[in-house]
Amino acid sequence: MIGLVSYLAFFATMASILAIATLGLNLQWGNTGLFNGGVVAFFGAGAYGTMLLGGHPETGQFGGFQLPFVIAFPGGVLFAGLIAWIVGVLTLRLRHDYLAIATFGVAVAFEAVTRNAEWLTGGAKGMRGFPRPLEAAIGDNFLYGLFFLGLVLTILVAVYVGLERLAHSPYGRVLRAIREDEVAARSLGKSPARLRLEAFIAGSMIMGIAGGLYTAFYAFVSPQDLAPILTFQVWAMLIVGGAGNNRGAVLGAFLIWAAWTLSGFALSRFAPAALQLHAGSIQYILIGLVIVGMLLWRPQGLLPERIRPTLTGKGAARTSAPGEFQGGQNP
Amino acid sequence: MSETGAALRVEKLVAGYVRDLPILRDVDLTLRRNALTAIIGPNGAGKSTLIKAIAGLVPVSSGTVKLGGREITGIRADEMGALGMAYVPQTDNIFRTLTIRQNLLLALRKAQDAVTRLGELFALFAPLAAKQDEKAGALSGGQRQMLAVAMALARRPQVMLMDEPSAGLSPKAAQEVLELARGLTTQGVSILLVEQNVRAALAVADHCYILAEGRNQVDGPAAAILNDPVVGEIYLGARRAGSP
Amino acid sequence: MIQNLLDGILTGSIVSLGAIGLTLIMHMLRFANFSYAELLGIGAYAALVFDRMFAALAPVLTAKVGPLSLTLALALSVFVAMVFTGVTAIIIDRLVFKRIREKADALSMVFASFGVALIVRNVITLVFGLKAQLYSNDIAFAVVLSRDPLLLVKPDQVFVLCAALALMFALHLVLSRTTFGYALRAVAENSSLAQVTGVRLSTMVNMVWLIGGALSAAAGVFYALTNHLSPAMGHNFVLPVFAATIVGGIGSVYGAVLGGFIVGIASGLALLVLPSGYIPAMPFLIILAVLMIRPHGLFGEARE
Repeated sequence: MIGLVSYLAFFATMASILAIATLGLNLQWGNTGLFNGGVVAFFGAGAYGTMLLGGHPETGQFGGFQLPFVIAFPGGVLFAGLIAWIVGVLTLRLRHDYLAIATFGVAVAFEAVTRNAEWLTGGAKGMRGFPRPLEAAIGDNFLYGLFFLGLVLTILVAVYVGLERLAHSPYGRVLRAIREDEVAARSLGKSPARLRLEAFIAGSMIMGIAGGLYTAFYAFVSPQDLAPILTFQVWAMLIVGGAGNNRGAVLGAFLIWAAWTLSGFALSRFAPAALQLHAGSIQYILIGLVIVGMLLWRPQGLLPERIRPTLTGKGAARTSAPGEFQGGQNP
Repeated sequence: MSETGAALRVEKLVAGYVRDLPILRDVDLTLRRNALTAIIGPNGAGKSTLIKAIAGLVPVSSGTVKLGGREITGIRADEMGALGMAYVPQTDNIFRTLTIRQNLLLALRKAQDAVTRLGELFALFAPLAAKQDEKAGALSGGQRQMLAVAMALARRPQVMLMDEPSAGLSPKAAQEVLELARGLTTQGVSILLVEQNVRAALAVADHCYILAEGRNQVDGPAAAILNDPVVGEIYLGARRAGSP
Repeated sequence: MIQNLLDGILTGSIVSLGAIGLTLIMHMLRFANFSYAELLGIGAYAALVFDRMFAALAPVLTAKVGPLSLTLALALSVFVAMVFTGVTAIIIDRLVFKRIREKADALSMVFASFGVALIVRNVITLVFGLKAQLYSNDIAFAVVLSRDPLLLVKPDQVFVLCAALALMFALHLVLSRTTFGYALRAVAENSSLAQVTGVRLSTMVNMVWLIGGALSAAAGVFYALTNHLSPAMGHNFVLPVFAATIVGGIGSVYGAVLGGFIVGIASGLALLVLPSGYIPAMPFLIILAVLMIRPHGLFGEARE
């Protein structure tokens, strides 16, 4: 019994952490129309940043300041925001897909640093040992698992409520206006470039929150934890749940994480031995199929965005600028 | 007017870029054979949209377009040339990165007699022949317009649509382009053109349509429109008052 | 130093081949295609399959060509793989991208391309396994060009460079001498005018996929010939080919070629100052630098 509860708590903690990251992506993609091709880097910045500030010192390695969690964690989040700021300033004023390329590049560069800069990140072996908040006070492993789940859920609810308020505030409406029609947004006297940058940084910091919690949960972080597949998983969560809908983002995170966990379990249990080696590949293909399939057949997700766009078709005025193309091409 | 006399006939045309948001509403228009017809009207009246819809570049939601009695509504823009329709866009109407010769060869890509036809076009437009291996982007405004017309003529069209051919040209070059268009009507090409430059357009046109708010309001012989005080007041007034 | 430069030029020629189709696709369909580089992987593995097939069918073909590790069977396979990959690219477009661009915005296309990349890469892993493979297990000996400084070049590398340049030259001839080439350039410059001039866009889109797929397949084989085959090879080329297109300016074929060499040489020279583990991030730094100094690339121009 305790084993099952303990496992469910473990599952729910991971799913909630990923749900927070998905909410961050929803602010960028769902609400503002910004494509983040390197979710894993911002998640990772939060994770490594928190570890550097709060972890134990290692010989020959920078960091390990053993700062209390209440300082280390926000520090990691700020680190994610800083990276987002640099990338955003450089790319947000350009073609929309430059952001996708640059964020993808951030992820590649981030991975290179985590794997190679041993003096900073511990390289491939990662960084181990993190004083988890209140662990000593609670003691018991089982109880601590429940406590940590409570902490993660509290943060998830706080982020959710904050984003819901934001979405229904005038600010949120302007963000949507930017997504739908930048010219109209500008005519409202708003600077779309500035607002997009703010939304991009805020979304990335929320991913940083997820990363920081991940580090605190495992008390360990390594390049293996931050494989590129994480970006795809978070995307799949958002597209399944419904881009633009915060409830959908959370639902999608739990569904996809459950599907991921179950498919991994099923493959290891029932798949023939020859396939065992390839279990990872099969799971990756499934994630890819979920993304492509959703885009083809149900792009609005399970819970569609509730506030209907003002124009027919997504961003009809701007993003379909190759209108001459589509108009002329379809027979 | 008999059906055989119409080079192009547009009936009850409804069209626009976005579904349910038509820019053109029930436009009727007839272009007689070997005539030059001008469409004028205030900004935003839908003049360019009308020409693009005829050329197959703007989706038509209802109504018909007939070219010499054959219905061509909804046919793709790239197939229009083979059917005898040519379209000269207002701006960016030549490929700047291709040479003049390459521009013309491209327009002649599917023609059987490309080589002879190229020679004919160069004979017709001597200034282009002289610069045939230069990048088209280096041409002057008037010569660009000349090249655009030459490209449109490549496939020997029956009907040529021109979107503000005089826009951005010096008065002299504008005059030359419009006279070139006028001259083409004597060689079997019927021309439908949109113009902001109302006086210049009416001076060369046979017939004129006035388009406003996506509908055609008035039409008649160009000379009559030019001299009609009421029409002049309503549709051409702003221009007259505006010009010192 | 000179060795790094030589290696950089070789890598550059491969990146250039990979970037040519990408720049056209990004320009015509207006989306950053993250699955494009997987065509290198498809091409390289397709050539492996055809190579084994030809060798089994006609053992005569296993004869090596001159000092190269390239066999006749593989040489033949390159051409077949080019066609195969081009057709695959068109099929992927039909199945996914065409349907999405008909109803959704460009960002959905970017998104879908990530999904397609993930699927392609892992199907390759599933079929061929994760471990690196070689076309030929014979050791290719390098020729010493000079002892001080030490310069080593393998015959295969010289062949790859020549073949890549030959393909680019062939493409140049097509673009500058044929009306099909003019049509391609016309669509890149102004697609709606191209339509009016009688060019059918959907045909040109297919042709660009075909050309891009074929050149990418060649790039993939060339990479595998001078390095090795691995399912991750497509993934490893994503950033370099994007960097090449951005350096050259999106839509410019000649820009992509130059950009490819710049990326290759810069990565080669970076090895002088950086540990090799950081090299994958090099194209990212180049992208950032270009975006700061000349956001529309060397040959590109602002659109919209």
